[in-house]
Amino acid sequence: MKQARVAFAGALHEATPGAAQGTLRLADGRVVAEEDVVWLAPFEVGTIVALGLNYADHAKELAFGAQDEPLVFLKGPGSVVGHRGRTRRPVDATFMHYECELAVVIGKPARKVSRAEAMSHVAGYTVANDYAIRDYLENWYRPNLRVKNRDGGTVLGPWLVDAADGDAPPQLELRSFVNGRLTQQGHTRDLIFDVPFLIEYLSAFMTLSPGDVILTGTPEGVSNVAVGDEVVCEIEGIGRLLNTIAGDAEFGR
Amino acid sequence: MASTFDLTFEFAPYRLSGTVYGVLMNHRDALAALGEAAHQPPYKAPPKAPVLYVKPRNTLVAPGAPLRIDDPAGELEVGAALGVVIGRTACAVSEAEALDFVAGYVIVADCSLPHDSYFRPAIRFKARDRSCAIGPKVVARADIANPDALGVRVLVDGRPAHAARTGGTFRGVARLVSDISEFMTLAPGDLLLTGVAAGSPRVGAGATLAIEIDGLGRLETRVEPAVELAGR
Repeated sequence: MKQARVAFAGALHEATPGAAQGTLRLADGRVVAEEDVVWLAPFEVGTIVALGLNYADHAKELAFGAQDEPLVFLKGPGSVVGHRGRTRRPVDATFMHYECELAVVIGKPARKVSRAEAMSHVAGYTVANDYAIRDYLENWYRPNLRVKNRDGGTVLGPWLVDAADGDAPPQLELRSFVNGRLTQQGHTRDLIFDVPFLIEYLSAFMTLSPGDVILTGTPEGVSNVAVGDEVVCEIEGIGRLLNTIAGDAEFGR
Repeated sequence: MASTFDLTFEFAPYRLSGTVYGVLMNHRDALAALGEAAHQPPYKAPPKAPVLYVKPRNTLVAPGAPLRIDDPAGELEVGAALGVVIGRTACAVSEAEALDFVAGYVIVADCSLPHDSYFRPAIRFKARDRSCAIGPKVVARADIANPDALGVRVLVDGRPAHAARTGGTFRGVARLVSDISEFMTLAPGDLLLTGVAAGSPRVGAGATLAIEIDGLGRLETRVEPAVELAGR
């Protein structure tokens, strides 16, 4: 089952895919075009846990060696935007890039959960685009929040796709397109630290709660984006997440 | 954001949002304690922008409730911090107007497992369950003349363990709110911890802990070992 949260005609709605391509069916029965709604993150977002350098090819791309522990950072809820949202690129930035990631949404509390039990704590999956602006990198709690936790820097959606209870994590292809051109390609089988490991690792010291989400990292192929670019992050079977890069003027800067 | 943590007060925005940000190395003495290392790899240079971290909802401890330590033989480092409660949505606000966006102040015991590298986000050390105690109450901004000139005292088992001030920082409250809001909007009820001075005391399981900040009262808590279910 796929579910979205959207705003339409003065209210928030849960929605499912409509019978016709490009439509949604709201919980109240209305069928609307996907351009006519405002897409929100498809679940109520709790703690956002993100992984850096979790694909060997991307780590190599950024000239990092192997790690013995996941590189984990946290993001705040203010950074979240939904499908078809707009993310600001400051005029002084020279390298801002998207990161297509499988997002794992927690469905039931997880504390000191073993790898074997981990998947029964997963509610479902969505697509994340975890933007970074590398100009602002500093070597203190790197990647620092000015790089990763900017307004509009965490794009989530369009759909929350239910996980079958306890199923193994899906093995899926990830692809990003900038203005229709394929720029990033990878596969979740190449994760250095896989989903059950991450749930075991995190839940050993922090209780995960429903709505908490793990952004599992991005493969090779990040590239600079410019104002006006349409960035699509796509994961087979999960969704196709669109974001547009906006300039300072639109935000009164 | 849904959270089991709740701390209400009698002025807008009436409650905390559950989103808590802290600032690393804002106190000049904390950075100075690193000495020349702050200029060497992996850091290469002292921080320029505010270095932030998130205390997620699993860390939050309501007034009166205990902090938790997982290792009964281990220690927690107690960061005695001033918490700034955001009152109005703050996006790209100037330093001159920044305090208008502050609702009030509260004491925070921002605890971590001791760690000596600040290169990577220290999630395993800083985001542990029940490591961030907040209280006893949010004091309105108008009741605090200068948030950058408050005495901070830590008592462990009733004895003085540390004394510092909220000042002596690279960025005071107004400058912090301004600089942070340039790249991330702060929302009503968000809590911003303005940093921890050098020499944070350490406590073990069983310790009682009190933090006093001038004008904000006294936060009292204790450190309890994690209780595991039988058979684990």
